[in-house]
Amino acid sequence: MFKLVPRKEPLNAMLYATPFIALLLTIVAGFALFSALGKDPAQAMYLIFIKPLTSYNSLAELLVKGAPLILIATGLAIGFRAGVWNIGAEGQFTIGAITGGSVALAFYPDGGFWLLPLMALAGALGGMAWAAIPALLRTRFNASEILVSLMLVYVATLLLSLLVHGPLRDPEGFNFPESRLFQDSALLPNLLDGTRANVGFLVALVAVGAAYIYIERLIFGFQVKVMGQAPRAARYAGFSERRIVWSSFMISGGLAGMAGLFEAAGPVGQLVPSLPVGYGFTAIIVAFLGRLHPVGILFAGMLMALTYIGGETAQIEMSLPSATTSVFQGMLLFFLLGADVLVNFRLARAGKPLVATKPAAQSPALEPAE
Amino acid sequence: MDLVLNILLGVAVAATPLVFASIGELITERSGVLNLGVEGMMVMGAIAAFAATLASGSYVVGIVAGAAAGAAMGALFGLLTLSLMSNQVATGLALTLFGLGLSALIGQQFAGASLPQFPRVNIPVLTAIPFIGPLIFGQDALVYLSIALVLGVGWFLTKTRAGLILRATGENHDAAHAIGYPVIGIRYLAVTFGGACAGLGGAYLSLVQTPLWVERMTAGRGWIALALVVFASWKPLRVLGGAYLFGGITILQLHSQALGLKIDAQILSMLPYLATIVVLVVISRDATRMKLNAPSCLGKVFYATS
Amino acid sequence: MSDAPILQLKNITKTYPGVIANENVSFSIARGEIHALLGENGAGKSTLVKMIYGVVKPDGGEMLFNGEPYAPAKPFEARAKGVGMVFQHFSLFEALSVRDNIALGLSAAEAKKGDLKKRIVEVSTTYGLKVDPDRLVGTLSVGERQRVEIVRCLLTEPKLLIMDEPTSVLTPQEVKVLFETLRRLASEGVSILYISHKLDEIRTLCSRATVLRGGKVVGSCDPRQETARGLAEMMIGQTLSTPTRETGEPGEIRLKVQELFMESDEQFGVDLENITFAVRAGEILGIAGVAGNGQTELMEALIGERRSRHARHIQIDGIDIGHEGPRQRRARGMCFAPEERLGHAAVPGMSLWENAILCSGPGADFARGGFVRHRAATRYADKVVADLNVKTASVRSAARSLSGGNLQKFIMGREILQQPKVLIASQPTWGVDAGAAAAIHRVLLDLAKSGAAVLIISQDLDELFTISTRISVIAGGYLFPSQPTEELTVEKLGLAMGGRVKEIASAKEATHV
Repeated sequence: MFKLVPRKEPLNAMLYATPFIALLLTIVAGFALFSALGKDPAQAMYLIFIKPLTSYNSLAELLVKGAPLILIATGLAIGFRAGVWNIGAEGQFTIGAITGGSVALAFYPDGGFWLLPLMALAGALGGMAWAAIPALLRTRFNASEILVSLMLVYVATLLLSLLVHGPLRDPEGFNFPESRLFQDSALLPNLLDGTRANVGFLVALVAVGAAYIYIERLIFGFQVKVMGQAPRAARYAGFSERRIVWSSFMISGGLAGMAGLFEAAGPVGQLVPSLPVGYGFTAIIVAFLGRLHPVGILFAGMLMALTYIGGETAQIEMSLPSATTSVFQGMLLFFLLGADVLVNFRLARAGKPLVATKPAAQSPALEPAE
Repeated sequence: MDLVLNILLGVAVAATPLVFASIGELITERSGVLNLGVEGMMVMGAIAAFAATLASGSYVVGIVAGAAAGAAMGALFGLLTLSLMSNQVATGLALTLFGLGLSALIGQQFAGASLPQFPRVNIPVLTAIPFIGPLIFGQDALVYLSIALVLGVGWFLTKTRAGLILRATGENHDAAHAIGYPVIGIRYLAVTFGGACAGLGGAYLSLVQTPLWVERMTAGRGWIALALVVFASWKPLRVLGGAYLFGGITILQLHSQALGLKIDAQILSMLPYLATIVVLVVISRDATRMKLNAPSCLGKVFYATS
Repeated sequence: MSDAPILQLKNITKTYPGVIANENVSFSIARGEIHALLGENGAGKSTLVKMIYGVVKPDGGEMLFNGEPYAPAKPFEARAKGVGMVFQHFSLFEALSVRDNIALGLSAAEAKKGDLKKRIVEVSTTYGLKVDPDRLVGTLSVGERQRVEIVRCLLTEPKLLIMDEPTSVLTPQEVKVLFETLRRLASEGVSILYISHKLDEIRTLCSRATVLRGGKVVGSCDPRQETARGLAEMMIGQTLSTPTRETGEPGEIRLKVQELFMESDEQFGVDLENITFAVRAGEILGIAGVAGNGQTELMEALIGERRSRHARHIQIDGIDIGHEGPRQRRARGMCFAPEERLGHAAVPGMSLWENAILCSGPGADFARGGFVRHRAATRYADKVVADLNVKTASVRSAARSLSGGNLQKFIMGREILQQPKVLIASQPTWGVDAGAAAAIHRVLLDLAKSGAAVLIISQDLDELFTISTRISVIAGGYLFPSQPTEELTVEKLGLAMGGRVKEIASAKEATHV
């Protein structure tokens, strides 16, 4: 048997190591899972983790899926660091798609170079507005932002459905609950020829850079960290909780809203009820896997995109259920959270504590007792 | 009259899964642990109950399987947050994401299958009393179980020594440890019980309410159950009231057309979620009162330093 | 009945990662003896008694209880054998009633024996420990809470009663009552292990003392035969010169608080009622009082964590600042060192240089154009570490990796090196060893000498008598007018600390009924 012994100081190297430990454990558990399902585990692992890296097209797809995950997770991580739990990014994503998409539809069929920036702005503002609700209810009424933001995900999804069934429905669309296809000037320019990869990924990179400066260099970022680790110390130092909660929600809501708009104006090209596919939730995993650090999130987002694309390939080639991917992602987060204990504790072989033995000046508890 | 009766009967059906899930979470939270993974435990209970009932042909087996699946998820949560001291908020989210994925994976083969109508209780004479009879004596057995569970939990918390110890653990885990109570062990029991209850709630959804398996069929009920615990100020009987209130809102939405309301279906579907937000705001507004009712150690990591 | 000692320790050893808490500790306690366990903070007293009480298991050595091998795995086993313990930080549950709290401390069988409420009343009247079984513990004063703990122990009819620093939370009058109770128990044959670092108490109460230093037994004596100085030298291992206060002419009023009312937002908090005082340049005003009488709330109000209703309630150099937050107050030259080191005055997981940024103000500015000045903060933290002789690997070490005394020195240094006009510190030497405490007292005195106004909130009367120019007492959220230290005695202060509390409590009860 093993027992956990506290470290005198947190081992920061572990912060970097545990994501890899978690990935390794997930792969091991994946082997077991696929064997249980009666599938060839080696082939499944190959399809999920290696195959997507071998073709130009699927590499481009990595960028398509990675961009929204990175964009959303970067924003969420700032809030998580402050102890502000916005878990309704999926809702802010949806509202961003609605507001940004509505701008495109309002100008239809006109457009120009100004249209996309305007849409992105509208998307960000939409996400911010949706995020303002939990922010307001927490700062003003002390209501749990976790539950409020989560409830608003369902409301946002229903709102999207309502709108594409009504006011935003394509007038020439035979009553299908879909908007028009966006005009060309409302679609994101491609990044790589012949693929779906779009400039949204570049925006995600910019967001990562900005978030890095915010968290690591700015005094605001310092305040965020203090509030997350010791709220009372933040009050002592005179940091305003209200301002930190609001800014966390505005940043994460804005980025999620923009990600939603990029999804609508990118790979989808219109507003459809099935637009929210869970990026807002997966981004939570990405944020943790990336250690709530912008650069970590960049890598974690790409890894998570890999499991999405690999999962799709495996689904087709091995007739695996589509839910396999989310099981994988869930396991990854579990293993990560579990392995994180090693940052502050170390494993030691547990021996029976010695009572009634010869006096010992050494330290039996530190070393194996037998 | 029949419509009103149907609506009232429906309220219990809509409320019962919430009753199960929130009374379980109430015990978990009174022990000092915040498990945000109710949704994930519920949905696992739903698929396990559905699959087991289909395979065995027995509702009892199904219900037990649902509770067991929920309990296993609760214990998993305990392993991470209690033994490995992970962040409770993040772990709860992980539990939900994992549960939704795993249930979908298991449930793929059951899509399209369905179960017969779950039997309602029929007591000769009593159930036959017009109107009152079916309401009081003609619900399904699980409705009565859920109510009994709430009363039992209320009795346990206020009248038994074990309940006192559970509350003490949630109030001040360091003191509980100092006098010699096994804080971690008590909390393991609480989260496992909470999981089993959530599993029962899920089982009710797939066996009684629908009765079929649909991916993500919990549709946020686990989260509503969490809000209900806050709404109830961590007091068991109020959970019952809150759950039936929400049941009423849900049922109103189903029967709105029959009642002649001309409102978009989506707007009606938003009602339970919006109501949850309103309720949270109303209850949480008074920060001092919230502190008074909430277990002091809720969500805090316990580590015995000595 | 044999004459064998009730408890005998042989070579008890306990190690924590990097620290030897106890090393080959041996001594024994006779029946009916009040035995002192004397030692500084960090000498290993608490770990030792936790082993006797079954909270912690020793790594080596042997214990005999009543002549038989004794190795309790859990406190329940210890209690079953007849060992009771009153904790320093009470193991009580604020939201539960006195009766429930007592029931939790008894085994299921003990709790069921007869009518618990009646038994509580019986024991409490027999020993003069008045408690009301139906009240919520959260509404009790600290002294009353201690009585609850003692009653809980006595209900198990212990043969050995362990008291861990019992007087640190009591008024001098309450201490007298406690000592009478303990002497009475001893005369009935109960042995008492009395843990303290207060030498005068031990000399009046105990007939035997074991002195611990660095986890080892360094001496054993009859404290009644020793001088306080001799005991102190045994405990500390060296002679310490206590800093002396020089009386100078006080200057202008720097900090003025008038008619400050503030309702607590905590469940069992204390409301501040009409607080009025002033501190002049060059003065140290001490505020004495038993824990939980409004000190925390007063500190919050002075730091600016909670604002006062009107700006004029708090003034610095004649300027109204009651409406300002901590950062604005710092900008006016105020500095603060609250009581709770980890989580309030410092962020446990952050390094020392990052913790320096917390107090960024004009005296030490670590933000420029919104950016963190990493190098300036590091330099400042280095200076604090050097000036106050803080023992740490580097300023990159996390705050929580420092010992209590060293972290306290860092925090005090962080505030004082900014040359504040007004310094407000709560419990500046709480849980700190004697050497560090003397160092902190010295810098506080120097600061006042240089013309700052200093306010010290402390429960340690010795400390206040050593460094304060004037002393005032806070009780039940009221602050008594201050008096020059020279005109005060411990007894006088004690009466204010305790007497007024009862007055207020009874007045409050009357209005509530």
